[in-house]
Amino acid sequence: MNFKLKIWRQPDAKSKGRFETYEVTDISADTSFLEMLDILNNKLIHEGKDPVAFDHDCREGICGMCSLHINGEAHGPDTEITTCQLHMRKFHDGDTITIEPWRSAAFPVIKDLVVERSAFDKILQAGGFISVNTGGVPDGNTIPISHDDAEESMDAAACIGCGACVATCKNGSAMLFVAARVSSLAKLPQGKVETLRRANAMISKMDELGFGNCTNTRACEAECPKAISISHIARLNRKFLISRFKN
Amino acid sequence: MANIFTSSIGKKLIMSITGAFLVLFLTFHMLMNGALVFSDEAYDAIVNFLGANWYALIGTVILAAGVVIHFIYAIILTLQNRRARGKIRYAEAKREPNVEWTSKNMFVLGLVVICGLLLHLYNFWYNMQWTEIMGEHTNSLGMGPKDGAVMVRDLFSHLGYVIVYLVWLVGIWFHLTHGVWSMLHTVGWNSKVWMKRLRCISYILATLIVGGFALTVIIIYIQGLM
Repeated sequence: MNFKLKIWRQPDAKSKGRFETYEVTDISADTSFLEMLDILNNKLIHEGKDPVAFDHDCREGICGMCSLHINGEAHGPDTEITTCQLHMRKFHDGDTITIEPWRSAAFPVIKDLVVERSAFDKILQAGGFISVNTGGVPDGNTIPISHDDAEESMDAAACIGCGACVATCKNGSAMLFVAARVSSLAKLPQGKVETLRRANAMISKMDELGFGNCTNTRACEAECPKAISISHIARLNRKFLISRFKN
Repeated sequence: MANIFTSSIGKKLIMSITGAFLVLFLTFHMLMNGALVFSDEAYDAIVNFLGANWYALIGTVILAAGVVIHFIYAIILTLQNRRARGKIRYAEAKREPNVEWTSKNMFVLGLVVICGLLLHLYNFWYNMQWTEIMGEHTNSLGMGPKDGAVMVRDLFSHLGYVIVYLVWLVGIWFHLTHGVWSMLHTVGWNSKVWMKRLRCISYILATLIVGGFALTVIIIYIQGLM
């Protein structure tokens, strides 16, 4: 398969970026999207040109490092996958593929397709933890947790912090990320105790870092590679408001 | 609690509270309009009841405050959201599956609602309550401020006005289909189980309210033809 790639190139955070067009040929349909970019980069290095910078790590959809906006969609044209799980069989031979970095004021571009996502770390540092030592892993069923609560917590904990929610949201809101982190702990006995303080601290930090306001468009849920539901946002809203009214 | 309304969720809480208040007002307004279909006297009695008296005036001021606050916070949130999105937009953006056009265009729909509201205020509030407040006996149409039924029947005898009002009502319908469930979601009254139910309730409520208004307009136009 042959493709024309329209890729955002930006030397550094301060420079102005622009699209550059490249061609890749003889790509197998079973090649992953990131492998295809590796092939392009090999070609660019052989030609003495600067390779395209892009984030990646585990390449199996669990680390949340890959972050590309492909043909107008976060993580490309497939559902519930990350960019590293996307394969070239999802495209047609001869397609022009537009590749952009996440676009959000809170995620500034560092170079080419790499964005700064430390804002998420700062939100987690503000409250995404349990502040006491809860000991080692307890024996199964020592602490009774209902099946529904355990499932809901695990669903929320599936968030890999890739930032697709922010990248997709027309408001650049991080509510789905914060909601997933608050929910995953709020549904378990160890994390439940500090839910209100956690919701308050994480939302305050989110606002401080310049993320937008959630307007419930559900776009984040549609593009989340882990299909995290916006029902977690309703819980976060509830907990935050209770926390503020109590104070 | 002091700074609850400065937070992002707090600002949306204000939007939700004022939005809920406006939905309630629309429901009562629609029911009151319905009286005209059955009896001009009943409608005029309501118009007289809501004339230049203290309880009606206080109600009008509270209602106006609700609209103004809802609109101001919509502007504040929209500006903040545009800033958060960043200066550079995507060269290519696809519509996400299951995402309604309405949810992404609430501000535009709000502007449609406001434009229709200004026309509506001129047509009725200015010629009814305002004329009465100013102590005048005839309005700009040469009618008495308490001749509500005559005024409404006169306006909706013009097909152009009927069409303009129906377009306005379509804008309100779209705004409500997202606004109602979104308002409940913002205050935390939603869950995975209730998501579909709330959206269904939004569509039903929006259709009942807007359908009631639209039917009144259409019936009055038809009655005028007979």
